[in-house]
Amino acid sequence: MSFLKPSFRHPSAPLNTLGLTTKAYEGGVSTLCAGCGHDSISAAIIQAVWGLNIAPHRVAKISGIGCSSKSPNYFLNKAHGFNSVHGRMPSVMTGANVGNRDLLYLGISGDGDTASIGMGQFAHVIRRNLDMTYIVENNGCYGLTKGQDSATADEGSISKKGTPNPYEGIDLVALALELGATFVARSFSGDKDQLVPLLKAAMSHKGFALIDIISPCVTFNNHAGSTKSYDYTRDHVEAGAVMDFVPMEQEITIDQIKGSTKTVSLHNGGSVRLSKLDDGYDPTDRRNAIMTLHDHKAQEKLLTGLIFLDADATDFHNTLKLPKQPLNQLNKDQLCPGNSALASVNKGMK
Amino acid sequence: MSTNTPSKASNVPQLQPVINDFVVKFANVNGSGSASANNMFAKAIFRMGIPVSPRNIFPSNIQGSPTWFEVRVSDDGYLGRRGGQVELVVSVNPQSMAQDVADVCPGGYFFYDNTYPLDFKLIRDDIHYIGLPLTEITNKQYNDPRRRQLFKNIIYVGSLAYLIGIEFSALESVVNDTFARKEKLIPPNIQALQMGFDAAEEAYKSPLPLQLKRRALNEGKVLMEGNAACGLGAVYGGATVAAWYPITPSTSVAEAFEQYAKRFRIDKETGEQKFAVIQAEDELSAIGMVIGANWNGARSFTATSGPGVSLMNEFLGLAYFAEVPAVLIDVQRVGPSTGMPTRTQQSDLLISAYASHGDTKHILLFPSTPKECFEMTADAFDIADRMQTPVIMLTDLDLGMNQHISDDLEWDDSRQYDLGKVVSTQDLENMERFGRYLDVDGDGVTFRSLAGAHEDKGAFFTRGTSRTEYAVYTESSDEYEKNMQRLLVKWNTAKQYIPAPEIDIIDSSHDIGVIHYGTSMAATEEAIDLIAKKHGLKMNSLRVRAFPFQDEVHEFIAQHKQVFVVEQNRDAQLKILLVNELELDSAKLTPILHYNGEPISALAIVTQLEHALDLKQAASVSEQAS
Repeated sequence: MSFLKPSFRHPSAPLNTLGLTTKAYEGGVSTLCAGCGHDSISAAIIQAVWGLNIAPHRVAKISGIGCSSKSPNYFLNKAHGFNSVHGRMPSVMTGANVGNRDLLYLGISGDGDTASIGMGQFAHVIRRNLDMTYIVENNGCYGLTKGQDSATADEGSISKKGTPNPYEGIDLVALALELGATFVARSFSGDKDQLVPLLKAAMSHKGFALIDIISPCVTFNNHAGSTKSYDYTRDHVEAGAVMDFVPMEQEITIDQIKGSTKTVSLHNGGSVRLSKLDDGYDPTDRRNAIMTLHDHKAQEKLLTGLIFLDADATDFHNTLKLPKQPLNQLNKDQLCPGNSALASVNKGMK
Repeated sequence: MSTNTPSKASNVPQLQPVINDFVVKFANVNGSGSASANNMFAKAIFRMGIPVSPRNIFPSNIQGSPTWFEVRVSDDGYLGRRGGQVELVVSVNPQSMAQDVADVCPGGYFFYDNTYPLDFKLIRDDIHYIGLPLTEITNKQYNDPRRRQLFKNIIYVGSLAYLIGIEFSALESVVNDTFARKEKLIPPNIQALQMGFDAAEEAYKSPLPLQLKRRALNEGKVLMEGNAACGLGAVYGGATVAAWYPITPSTSVAEAFEQYAKRFRIDKETGEQKFAVIQAEDELSAIGMVIGANWNGARSFTATSGPGVSLMNEFLGLAYFAEVPAVLIDVQRVGPSTGMPTRTQQSDLLISAYASHGDTKHILLFPSTPKECFEMTADAFDIADRMQTPVIMLTDLDLGMNQHISDDLEWDDSRQYDLGKVVSTQDLENMERFGRYLDVDGDGVTFRSLAGAHEDKGAFFTRGTSRTEYAVYTESSDEYEKNMQRLLVKWNTAKQYIPAPEIDIIDSSHDIGVIHYGTSMAATEEAIDLIAKKHGLKMNSLRVRAFPFQDEVHEFIAQHKQVFVVEQNRDAQLKILLVNELELDSAKLTPILHYNGEPISALAIVTQLEHALDLKQAASVSEQAS
């Protein structure tokens, strides 16, 4: 935990198209443990939102409860945030999102928050294809209550107390794929090069985007025998479809990756460029994504990167036929039918 | 006339002829289509200008269980349940016949299907039996079993038209309106009514002494369910997000909102819907969505019943502490979740008043009529926004799911929505520093900013209590305590924005006061009249319309020597709340309770008042003296 944040920034720090440096996207001083994966994710979020040229106050950050859910306080200070109740970020998010469709919605959750009490809401926000980015800061344990196993802890993973977890771990990526999520990715807090473009693509996706980010808990789950430690994760990561996010206004080519590429356009004008692996992995094919995920698991490999994308699915705003104008900006004249309409209602009940 | 009708005992008492003052109870099989026929019956009486109060007493079942529909007519305008036995039972359900026979008052009438002989055990010698071969008629007339079942209901309504004098034209007008969009159903329904009418006329040469006569007492009134009024009130109150989970008896609130919103809020050109109805995965989620939407400044509500309120407790606490508006309509029923979900009660008072952990208390509203359901729902959004806190409206199954006569709904077009203290972009621009929880004007209510309002100012991290007046994280005990004290100031401020109690003083000596609320109103008012008539004892009354209790409530109790509190639960929950919040001597308040799941009746209240006041004895003494 750092107590001071220097106000000095490099004078030639780059500006985005809004004329802002990343400083405008920072948050308060983190109270998480030094070296916590979550802080790296916060830094990646700052990079991604800055890089997308989105004004910080046009973002809403909503979280549940836990270490992960404290982290919205540590990025985007100029955005409203809501630290809600355990496992129920998705419902608060849904209400907020439907109430004002004009903001960028970031949901921050953890494995304890999502994979246990929040499982129901996680499933249903996916079904609705709510336009949001759902970030799981996944460390396989309950940090704030001193390191108990969470539901995503792998079977056999050794806890801080030295006991192996006897239960099957829940794979949120596999679950999201089964539930029909339209953007599913996994990443590692220690791999910013992969994480930042994934976040940008997720935020640009019109619909529900899950990024399950392995984010080691340095205090309670970073020892030998844990399958959510930095070392274990680094040793077992394998990128699936390597992806780059291409914003509308700038074309970036990735030339260091061999094999064919595929571009998927997103509704905000940007696109996701996928470099396929040699085995022909295609993340626009849900069945293939599920199979590939299971194959990797069988080989004790952690598949990361963009695992599935359906850019054309109908999002919740469209399902609800919401007006372009956000609901929270409609005025009395637009909402209240008035006394004359009431007369006709009365007439029908005579 | 069928031979299956029991022979008339010569000594059966006769009812005195009575006009527009009796109760008809229908005993039906759930799912047999009886509800629409019975509603047709009640609506026709309403259209004859007669005060009428229909009540559906139904099981938690889709098809097959016994269900009753009780219709009271009262020239005096008493719209609560009268209580006691009824003058006429219409029996269309063999399962419940023994109970239904027992429900008839001496000299009253038992109308039944005499296609098959009546079990001799069901024969009482002090009531009249009216048999009509309903099954025989329908079997002869219709081939399709479903039609036989449905039209049997219409046929008995036609018979009743003859027997108790419903104007046939009133029934026809109801049929015409009911099937306005399925016109080909009109002639067969009219025909079935006529068949029933003719069969009764042929079998019984003269109508019953229970008669309906046209009045003009329903001018300026509607016949409406409270739940529909709540849904409509939410449309008028500017709700844009309704998040809900199906639960009896509140489901029709959300359905009514959707129906009225579709009627009034769809852009004809674009098809855009200026509302969102979200059927959530559970009540936990429903209230979360409501809080999320309101946090963003979109008016939002949910409707549920007791089990839902239990599930929503944690979120209600968060909304209280984080000061996020929310509107919750609780249509109360008998608990618990596996209790009697289709029966009515006023038993969620305490769980709602103090919902959640920690020191919480919530604004409650108690409507008594559909009109109040409409008005209070619309008001609830203003109150919630003004006070930045959850507002819970407590109706119940009786009010919500039964049709009640109510004054025409009205809306003042000059009324503006009171969004409370929300800072604009310009306000923020002019401000040096925004303090989300800073009480700048001493009423305990602080200014809030909405997400996205200003590029540089106004943003904050919403959380429960661990923060300063500027919404900066702190675990300082002093800050916590200061904040909790401010919430009490706000609680007191709320009293001026919530509906005032309704007070009726008819006894200037202020001996006895009666406090009631919600659907106990009609029966209580009638009971007060009956006691005055019967015993010459006048009692004052106060109807509580909201919580926190205003000073008038305290004064009313202080003014009276004895105060009764009428309510529909076992534990005297309003009494507990009054004693607790107003710091009263518990002995000052005597509970009058009714909690069997059926709507409270005037008789139940009168009986308990007489007992508590020792009135029967007094009356008999005075009779002896005279």
